[in-house]
Amino acid sequence: MAIRRGRGVAAINYPTGMNLGGDPTQALVHSTPTGNFMVTLSSVDLGQGMKQIMAQICAETIGVPTDRVIVDTADTDTGPHCMGTFASRGTHRAGNAVIQAAKEARQVMLEVAAEELEVNASDLETDGQGNILVKGAPQKSISIFDVALAAHFKRGRSISGRGMFLIPRSYPEKETGAMKPSTCYAHACTVAEVEVDDETGEVTVLTVKNVFEIGRALNPKMVEQQLVGGSWMGISHALYETTEPYYPNRDHGATDFNQYLMPGPGDLAATEIIVLERPSADGPFGAKGPGEMCANPQIPAVANAVFDAVGVRIDTLPITPERILRALKAQAAG
Amino acid sequence: MELRKDYFADVRKDDLHEIGQPRPRLDSPGHVTGKTAYFADRNFPGMLHLKMVRSPHHHARIRSIDTSEAEKHPGVVRVLTAKDVPHNVYTILILIQIGPEDETVLADGKLRWKGEAVVAVLAETERAAQEAAAKVKVDYEVLRAVFDMEEALKPGAPIVNEYHGRNYYLYDSGECRKVRFGDVEAGFAEADHILEQSYQSSPIEHAPTETTGCVVAPEGNDRFTCYTNTQAMFFTLDNTSIILQMPGSKLHFVGGTVGGGFGGKVDVIVEPIAILAAKLTGRPVSFIYSREEEMQISSPRAAERVVIKDGVMKDGRIVARKVTGYTDAGAYSRHSPYGAQKGAAHYPGPYTIPNVWIDTYCVYTNRTPSSAMRGFGVTIGDFALEVQMDKLARLIGMDPLEFRFINAYRDGDMKAHRQPTEGAALIECMQEASRAANWPVAEKYMAMSSYRKGA
Repeated sequence: MAIRRGRGVAAINYPTGMNLGGDPTQALVHSTPTGNFMVTLSSVDLGQGMKQIMAQICAETIGVPTDRVIVDTADTDTGPHCMGTFASRGTHRAGNAVIQAAKEARQVMLEVAAEELEVNASDLETDGQGNILVKGAPQKSISIFDVALAAHFKRGRSISGRGMFLIPRSYPEKETGAMKPSTCYAHACTVAEVEVDDETGEVTVLTVKNVFEIGRALNPKMVEQQLVGGSWMGISHALYETTEPYYPNRDHGATDFNQYLMPGPGDLAATEIIVLERPSADGPFGAKGPGEMCANPQIPAVANAVFDAVGVRIDTLPITPERILRALKAQAAG
Repeated sequence: MELRKDYFADVRKDDLHEIGQPRPRLDSPGHVTGKTAYFADRNFPGMLHLKMVRSPHHHARIRSIDTSEAEKHPGVVRVLTAKDVPHNVYTILILIQIGPEDETVLADGKLRWKGEAVVAVLAETERAAQEAAAKVKVDYEVLRAVFDMEEALKPGAPIVNEYHGRNYYLYDSGECRKVRFGDVEAGFAEADHILEQSYQSSPIEHAPTETTGCVVAPEGNDRFTCYTNTQAMFFTLDNTSIILQMPGSKLHFVGGTVGGGFGGKVDVIVEPIAILAAKLTGRPVSFIYSREEEMQISSPRAAERVVIKDGVMKDGRIVARKVTGYTDAGAYSRHSPYGAQKGAAHYPGPYTIPNVWIDTYCVYTNRTPSSAMRGFGVTIGDFALEVQMDKLARLIGMDPLEFRFINAYRDGDMKAHRQPTEGAALIECMQEASRAANWPVAEKYMAMSSYRKGA
């Protein structure tokens, strides 16, 4: 009886968005009198940071710092329609809608600035710090604060924009299954290293090295939090989780976190995240949806590592000590 | 985390001001200091609490329901049964014309899974609602249940859901969603080796920090404000409008700061009955799942079974792949017909295989209805596919990572569902993994690219 070590690899891709009834999301953007920008949506922030990302996307498009953008979301009396936050679609779909709305608002903002500076709007650019400058003559400039005041009180212009992003419904062809089920694809390759105690069947995941290709890391810190959390969730899915451990007998179903098996801090592997960016053709600044994808490759990587360690295949999730011991016993017998 | 900017540098400009910057989240301080308001932080004077009477059986007919003792319980304000729900039989995807309506808000005559909602009790306190729920007497005639997808598909199996009339979802393509590409039998005939294997999974829990729930306040102008942690605002509002036969203009949903979703909050379960209760009592209503309900009542990830048959050549090329996927929807559709379809489009994985045959089934059993979860329709497929890839590599004596390079899809390759591959990056992920994990592969694989000239 011994502790045996193994490693396994898995490589995957993951579709962004869904194909069911069409996949739309809308956004509205408007400026306040002092040149802050309000993004209005009905999209839901599940804790992953959608509001922050929409603020950064709006800020980049208008040309202001992110802290000048406020996101008002998920009130059906004010926010235009969003299909919902699922299917790795939030950043991609809502982000595209915000870009469209922000571009329209930016155009009005530049037109008002052009009137104030007595130049052509096409000769203007933003400096990203809250100012609008004449290209090639940056000493001639106006602050967005002053532009917004002028729009509101002098020029009678609404600095605002509407955004709509729709992926039309694709009906799968009945006989061949030809369909367009999603837009861009994110990618991953994970290598997991495990130790398996062939006496107890217990698995310890030592290291998980994940490479994720996600189009564009819009906010690298937030990307990191999502990818690390996903990687932990993948380990949990592989080794621990079930709501019905002895189905169809339901007596052992967990009813709280004391009973529902998930890894604690001591059970988590050393986790490495490497991110590649191949911008997608249709995503906001090239972003793809990595939210779901990042919890998938660890599961088969761990399963393959268990085989590499002790030579038995566990093809049923979760890969519990009981299943490993039964397989080892069968292997010894056979 | 490490950003490897050297990959794909030729197709990316890194000249942005706000995007790509690790800006601190504006909502983090509120989250970590307990100041962020969630739906359950709404508290209204006179608010009632809703608790469900749930089925103790997997499959049963309801002979009678006696709520008289429950109604007399101190603090109880109202008890609701199926007849109180205007449009009791519903299905959430009907909004996008995917029927049939197959589920009841409150059980009517029959129940199809252990834990199904039968009677709703409204009381001044959670405790009174819970105690009164225990006093509702339901006379059940227990029926034979079916727990396994293959058993459910056999002739003579008990019918789980009469609204379907058969134990699988009927697609326009028939009993399953199909993908057909090339000639899979010719591929098997040509192959040096054939490997057929089955994979299986268990339901799992989304385990959000915040359990599913809502708080509803009547506004006095015939409108109702519903504070909710749904993942999809208008989807929930529009389904509620159908179930309650109430114009959407009467409904105001407020949400948007949610303590974890993972797909567990896209079913429309708590809002319609809570709004109905607010309407019938004229009082604010709170309906929040206990942790036990979150774990055993709210939809889990589906149990799945995946059978993969591959034909592979000695040189590492996969020449044929046949996949049969079964998704256990439990007793009701919810989002499962879509999950199974999504699986059909995902197979055969990120590999270019000339001959592919996919059948994915959405099967009904007397199990807790499953629904969306992070990786819906894909996660278990990836487990099966990638363990299968490992087995195939070992079968032909090849390094598992090198074997994947041989089959990896690249720009322009036609997928089985007839979409050309665009923006592929599997090869580069594997190259970087090879380096990071010190898992060397032959130089020719490190020299590969997802790009193709002219693609």
